[in-house]
Amino acid sequence: MSARKQLLGATLLTLMGAAAYAADAIGAVQKQPLNMTAIGMFFVFVVGTMGITYWAASRTKSTADFYTAGGGITGFQNGLAIAGDYMSAATLLGLSAMTFSKGLDGFIYAIGFFVGWPVILFLMAERLRNLGKFTFADIASYRLDQGTIRSFAAFGSLTVVCFYLIVQMVGAGQLIKLLFGLDYTTAVIVVGVLMVIYVTFGGMIATTWVQIIKACLMLFGGTVLLFLSLSQFGFSLETAAQKAVEAHKDGIKIMGPGSLLADPVNAVSLSLGLVFGTAGLPHIMMRFFTVPNAKEARKSVFVASGCIGYFFMVVCALGLMAIVIVGTNPEFFEGGNTAGKLIGGGNMPVMHLAKAVGGNLFLGFMSAVAFATILAVVSGLALAGASAIAHDIYARVICKGSASETQEMRVSKLATVALGVVAVLLGILFEKQNIAFLVGLTFGIAASTNFPILILSMYWKGLTTRGALLGGLVGLISAVALVVLSKAVWVVVLGNAAPVFPYEQPALFSMPLAFFFTWLFSVTDSSARAKTDKAGFEDQYVRSQTGIGAAAASAH
Amino acid sequence: MSAEIYRKVRANPRFSELEGKRSRFAYLLSAIVLITYYAMMMLVAFAPEVMRTPISAGSTLTIGVPIGAVIIIGSWLLTGWFVNRSNGEFDRLNNEIIQEATK
Repeated sequence: MSARKQLLGATLLTLMGAAAYAADAIGAVQKQPLNMTAIGMFFVFVVGTMGITYWAASRTKSTADFYTAGGGITGFQNGLAIAGDYMSAATLLGLSAMTFSKGLDGFIYAIGFFVGWPVILFLMAERLRNLGKFTFADIASYRLDQGTIRSFAAFGSLTVVCFYLIVQMVGAGQLIKLLFGLDYTTAVIVVGVLMVIYVTFGGMIATTWVQIIKACLMLFGGTVLLFLSLSQFGFSLETAAQKAVEAHKDGIKIMGPGSLLADPVNAVSLSLGLVFGTAGLPHIMMRFFTVPNAKEARKSVFVASGCIGYFFMVVCALGLMAIVIVGTNPEFFEGGNTAGKLIGGGNMPVMHLAKAVGGNLFLGFMSAVAFATILAVVSGLALAGASAIAHDIYARVICKGSASETQEMRVSKLATVALGVVAVLLGILFEKQNIAFLVGLTFGIAASTNFPILILSMYWKGLTTRGALLGGLVGLISAVALVVLSKAVWVVVLGNAAPVFPYEQPALFSMPLAFFFTWLFSVTDSSARAKTDKAGFEDQYVRSQTGIGAAAASAH
Repeated sequence: MSAEIYRKVRANPRFSELEGKRSRFAYLLSAIVLITYYAMMMLVAFAPEVMRTPISAGSTLTIGVPIGAVIIIGSWLLTGWFVNRSNGEFDRLNNEIIQEATK
């Protein structure tokens, strides 16, 4: 097996885990020399966003300001922020790397990342906005038993948030070590501290602006890179494709579907996890509560999906051109051997491309953008986690609604600090671990626990407290069990020879199980609670359709 | 907000009309997006040679590229259509229903 093949294998493994789920498992990398240009540019970003946080802090007075920016974000701003939340470092690095090594397969993957968004708009955006106030548990427990379902939904949110935070932290540490030449632990602590500062002081207002700025930087950087790279091919994608086919060891094969998607069951399960997992991520759903009404919520998905779709196509084109520009340049390979390993690992093609066409200054800019990306994503996660702890568990379940605004704010800030500490500690603890399984787990749980409860509570009158709780538990347990039995844990972590469960993503199996048992335990439920649950549907339904009674925007 | 308003809205035949129209529209667009996407995935899994057809004789780019681009751009245009119709026609109807109920 040649070194190039091993690299491809390693890249693919990372990508199946990381890119396929829009997360940032970058894999162990070598520390690089300090990159002062990148650090300088990142410093400018931090100073700018700190200024915004200072401004946001003066506007963050109530819990509504803290969790949802008082519902005062416009649809356009929120669309950019959603795009900022969704276009992670893995979409920039992972998708381009996938196109770099596998050609068209990378593009086909990118489409899977994308199609969830239109569906979220058509089926969920409006109802989410009309029913929710601060958290996804607000909707899930709208007409069901507050204590039980709110606790369970908050638990589901926290689990997803914590796993995803670990993934992001480890990815951040590796990436920053590589791009900035900083020590891993330092990098993780810097990310944790900045995240806590943004969220505790600036709440949702600061987090939103960090995400907006980052989305703009990323779209700008990607577009400039596309322009510079295309100029080397006379602005013809056909010429780029011809040269890529000449340069790539697989030749013309890269222009068609390859091995990556050969197993349809695996491909479908992955895309189900991706599409419906996205719809069950608490930090993404939370963004729908930051706009004043359903109209703006819809607009935001239009803006977000436009940015995301555009960016994915750009990134794949970059990967294709990197085959020629980076793949044939010995400067970017260890020991100058173009058949060997890329310097910095398989996820680096787009960064090398930035250096090749834009020099050190542009590389520094793109590195700073990658760092900013991670900060934006972890801030959204921390805020979603803090709202689950402070709003759902503390204010609603423990205090049963009697907590004062000040108390709830204090708890949410303490919760953010606690999440920051936990994220940094786990980030350091997991440095050397293979964490690809956490990504499968995050999306598996989001798709099989959060999503079924959410969608059924909005669409199905017959859902009862018992059905939601037991069905949700079945989804949770089956998702966890299947991930443990899959290759990522059973073989990679536990060292067994072959996986019991042959697919990457449990969603194709755990989602139907969750739906089936939610249905079963609901229709067989004849308790008094079930009658109350069902009776509450009519009013909830009218509200979800019309927005009557929905939380309005506070005056800013 | 009283349950009274919700009951009034529910009883309004125009509400059923609105929700029927809006839901059918939403289901139709979701179906278009998901069916096109999964049709492409089936093509990838069972007839990959179709995706390898060159765009035109002698070109290196295959039809897989425009198919993918059409799915992304097409479903984005559908979101535009959905937003346009919901924010215009449906919201007007919705506001009238709310006004009737709160009179």
